[in-house]
Amino acid sequence: MPVPPLPPAIEVVGLHKRFGDQTVLDGLDLVVPAGTVTALLGPNGAGKTTTVSILATLLAADGGTARVLGHDVATDPQAVRGLIGVTGQLSAVDPLLTVTENLRLMADLFHLPRAEGRRRVAELVERFGLGEVARRRGQLLSGGTTRKLDLAMTLVAGPRVVFLDEPTTGLDPRARHDLWDQVRVLVADGVSVLLTTQYLDEADRLADAVGVLHGGRLVAHDTPAGLKAAHAAGSLDDVFLALTAPVPSADAA
Amino acid sequence: MAAATAVVPRPVTRNAPRDLTTMTRRSLLRMLRYPSLTAIIVATPVVLLLLFVYVFGGAFGAGVAAGVTPGAEGRAVYLAYIVPAILVMTATSVAQSTAINVAMDMTGGIVTRLRTTPVAPVAVLGGHVVAAVVQTLLAASLVLGIAVALGYRPDVDALGLLAMTGFFVLFGLALTWLSVAMGAAARSVESASNTPMLLVLLPFFGSGFVPVDTMPTPVRLFAEHQPFTPVIETVRGLLAGTPVGAGTAWTAVGWCVGLAVVGWLWARAAYRRPRT
Ligand SMILES: Nc1ncnc2c1ncn2[C@@H]1O[C@H](COP(=O)(O)OP(=O)(O)OP(=O)(O)O)[C@@H](O)[C@H]1O
Ligand SMILES: [Mg+2]
Repeated sequence: MPVPPLPPAIEVVGLHKRFGDQTVLDGLDLVVPAGTVTALLGPNGAGKTTTVSILATLLAADGGTARVLGHDVATDPQAVRGLIGVTGQLSAVDPLLTVTENLRLMADLFHLPRAEGRRRVAELVERFGLGEVARRRGQLLSGGTTRKLDLAMTLVAGPRVVFLDEPTTGLDPRARHDLWDQVRVLVADGVSVLLTTQYLDEADRLADAVGVLHGGRLVAHDTPAGLKAAHAAGSLDDVFLALTAPVPSADAA
Repeated sequence: MAAATAVVPRPVTRNAPRDLTTMTRRSLLRMLRYPSLTAIIVATPVVLLLLFVYVFGGAFGAGVAAGVTPGAEGRAVYLAYIVPAILVMTATSVAQSTAINVAMDMTGGIVTRLRTTPVAPVAVLGGHVVAAVVQTLLAASLVLGIAVALGYRPDVDALGLLAMTGFFVLFGLALTWLSVAMGAAARSVESASNTPMLLVLLPFFGSGFVPVDTMPTPVRLFAEHQPFTPVIETVRGLLAGTPVGAGTAWTAVGWCVGLAVVGWLWARAAYRRPRT
């Protein structure tokens, strides 16, 4: 019997979202094939976090459809929640719990059996190099370590699709490289990733595809090399600047 | 091309009791980690108790019962008179810190993360409520112990103590669902720490510190019909071993059930309100 093909990790068609009379998403189309990394770029306020929020079942769209591994986020959010992991723009670490306790909390909330939960937490502590701070409280961790723990918490239940909203903002170069390595490990495990970022070199190094969000839709969607070639640009910076000249609708109140 | 079939998610079935246990354990752990907050919760009613008994009590005691001489006798009478109100204020003190805890969860990234997991929504806020009720019982016992150390002698048997505990659980549920809602609805942690001030002030506009019949008519009418008065009177009766009027007790229970339901509905709506 032939194995049916995997549905795309993410499939967004004609997505609309308004806040009051401000249109943030205006017919967004986006496909992230399973097992790949797509980077979503765009100026501040372009709607990157809004897109992630809709896909992560946090926010309802006003129109269009969004599917995660074939499950519609609007009609079957519970199935989507069982498949995704989200590292938001805000840190989601409990400041009063230790590193291990934060990880255990996630294992418990995903109903992992006790032994499996313990094993999984130990594995992640090891993989993210958190051994030395395992008994330290969240509030006492450095920014880079908090971010690592944040991502580790996202991975406790083994999500198949991971959303990373500006995962390396504010990190020093070493911490950023460490985080990139972790994303590569994920992809090697077959996990699909949608990440938003303001760092264009991050997209360049990590992503199979780059989408540039501007004026409520993708104004470009290609491989990093393809984008640079199409715009005869040396870096994604130049592509970004060429594609995202201010439009009146973007942040006008 | 064959149609792609949706990937079957890990089977995470809704299990509200299990999630509630997990979230309650988290809240209790947070209380242990932050003992100074617990100390403040107990300190507020204790300071009020000392102030009212040792500063005002000598004179006020003669005002709450007939034939009491001011001074030491007045103080003893007044101590017995205000213990119910002080216990109720212990519960409001817990409620206030609960609102702050919930607002910290809501405005930080934690609730956003939880809302992307299959966790039962009721457990996320319910964990705060159950932990706060436990904290209310512990704090009230401690404050009662301090009152006893100051010379207070309740006239309560085992059955009365059981009734008292049950009533406090119900009262705690009402107060904390309300304060959880206030915390969840608050736009910031600062506003969450201010809204429950109303709960802290209300016992003063009731029968907690002076009999309501000493108040001017409009204040008295308010005092007689606000929820804290029947609650305080029920606690007073249970502690003194005197019969509580059935009307008073049922009014108190009715208020508690009603406020708990209102708080729960309000909290649920605030939790569901989307935020990016
Ligand atoms: N809950 C909300 N209510 C009203 N407006 C909102 C809300 N959330 C987002 N917006 C607005 O929608 C627009 C898109 O916001 P979004 O956070 O998605 O942008 P972003 O691309 O993630 O920006 P950044 O790079 O700054 O993180 C912004 O103009 C923002 O002000
Ligand atoms: Mg954003």
